[in-house]
Amino acid sequence: MPDLREYEQAGGYAGLRVALRMTSTEVQGTVKAANLRGRGGAGFPTGVKWSAVPLGEGARRPKYLVVNADEMEPGVMKDRILLEGNPHQLIEGIVIAAHAIEAEHAFIFIRLAYREAAERLRRAIEEAASAGYLGANILGSGLNLDIAVHRSAGRYICGEETALLNALEGKRPIPRAKPPFPQTVGLWGQPTVVNNVETLCCVPHILRHGPEWFLGLSRSSDGGTKLYGASGRVRRPGVWELPMGTPLREILEEHAGGMREGYQLRGLLPGGASTDFLTPEHLDIPMDFGSVTQAGSRLGTGTMVVLDDQTCPVSMLISLEQFFARESCGWCTPCREGLPWVVRLLRALENGDGRSDDVALLEAHTRLLGPGRTFCALAPGAMEPLQSALKYFHEDFTRHIAERGCPWRKAPVV
Amino acid sequence: MLTEAERHEIEEEIAAVREHTRAAVVEALKVVQRRRGWVSDDDLGDVATCLGLTRTEVDAVATFYNKIFRRQVGRHVLLICDSVTCWIMGYHDLLEHLRAKWGMELGETTADNRFTLLPVACLGLCEQAPAMLLDGELYGNLTPARLDEILATHA
Ligand SMILES: Cc1cc2nc3c(=O)[nH]c(=O)nc-3n(C[C@H](O)[C@H](O)[C@H](O)COP(=O)(O)O)c2cc1C
Ligand code: SF4
Repeated sequence: MPDLREYEQAGGYAGLRVALRMTSTEVQGTVKAANLRGRGGAGFPTGVKWSAVPLGEGARRPKYLVVNADEMEPGVMKDRILLEGNPHQLIEGIVIAAHAIEAEHAFIFIRLAYREAAERLRRAIEEAASAGYLGANILGSGLNLDIAVHRSAGRYICGEETALLNALEGKRPIPRAKPPFPQTVGLWGQPTVVNNVETLCCVPHILRHGPEWFLGLSRSSDGGTKLYGASGRVRRPGVWELPMGTPLREILEEHAGGMREGYQLRGLLPGGASTDFLTPEHLDIPMDFGSVTQAGSRLGTGTMVVLDDQTCPVSMLISLEQFFARESCGWCTPCREGLPWVVRLLRALENGDGRSDDVALLEAHTRLLGPGRTFCALAPGAMEPLQSALKYFHEDFTRHIAERGCPWRKAPVV
Repeated sequence: MLTEAERHEIEEEIAAVREHTRAAVVEALKVVQRRRGWVSDDDLGDVATCLGLTRTEVDAVATFYNKIFRRQVGRHVLLICDSVTCWIMGYHDLLEHLRAKWGMELGETTADNRFTLLPVACLGLCEQAPAMLLDGELYGNLTPARLDEILATHA
């Protein structure tokens, strides 16, 4: 990991100096022009998000910037690489974003398991503060900012931005109703922006090199580079920074090295546990927000989980849905009651107790827990791998019923 | 009863969150858990008093988080990842090994009080699956042999 001097030698904090010569609105405009879209999963345009924060004399203060480093979605490990690899890049992004929304306090909400990352962040924050990049009157600009690190205690729903705000306030972290959105009523009721780690790590480079340069890095209309990842039975699981819009095939075959000896690709979740399966026929799509949506899934976090031909898709779904069932916050009934039911149905299929109408029951759940039926996006996210598995691997489900158990395994699942 | 040291650390956590005393609740619970391994009903009440909250308010937070333990645990807590990548990459073999060789069962503490084994959500170490968190430390690329080596150093 580069220390402060190495980071500065590589051009670090030059973007901040550019930003400090601009007004808040100009920084927002630069990030809008770069077409930076949120890397936390939803892809919301970052500059647009910032512009909903009230600015100027009349705005309520204090305002807050919150960094989402919860990263608990199964199959996602990209932010850890950024946090451990170069915490100064994130800190620089935070100071610029804080300037863009006139925030005076920032929080980094980082999951408890990332101890090493939290330690490196703490050290980098101290270094940055003693160099005048944080604290009072940053680089003589009149801007004030402090950063606090909050380490949580492990619960996936804390990654949902409004649950995260409740968590920071020391409340039981269930999501809040939206609207109002955090930009106007956020942390302790004050204007707040929540951004993902990777999103903020793009910001210094946009300021330093300009929006045209950032757009030019991309192979699609969404700006910049993207951290892509692959895990599962590929030769070289890992995370790579590549141009936005790099084709799926290139990521899987060149960077991940293709499937391991003796395994074939059956499908993949392109952007973490809460994205719909894609299949080998989709390998030529560019991995950008629009293209993956068009193919029936979501770019999500851009880190794929690979399903091979010797893993039972129904078994894989047990793990996925068990995760969502366990991590459901329990606030709304369809999610709290529906997800455990889905897990029971899948387990019954896997262990040979499936009934002929179970597939229809699972399909009904994908509708009943779908968008608009629950208080937050956890349950609809949980339905994405299920609904697409029912579409692409339908025969695997019916075989479990016809053969009274899993064709892949003899022992029951625990 | 909290010790002087615990009370002092909790005061520091409260000072760190300025006027938002309640925001220190998770860290205050961790102060207790760091020394005692878990948070008993009595400790919970003491934390509530320090923060000026009711027991119910503190328990609503304590019971929500996976890594605040409201029941007694062993000397070492092994959180094994059973999320999708680890599930594919060998979670079941590890679990079987922990059962057969180390006498661990999910959700239980071994009779000698040495290990508590719990399942945990994705640890964000997917490129090194299968993974675990042992006493707060991440370990990846696990095999039964590597597990044995690591566990042997945890008496
Ligand atoms: C259940 C759930 C979990 C989430 N977890 C995370 C997370 O760990 N990290 C993250 O950045 N965003 C997560 N999000 C998305 C956030 O709510 C939010 O959209 C994001 O942090 C915004 O940042 P961005 O605009 O920079 O992408 C989650 C959303 C949901 C519904
Ligand atoms: S959908 Fe699930 S996680 Fe979201 S509010 Fe409802 S119960 Fe909680």
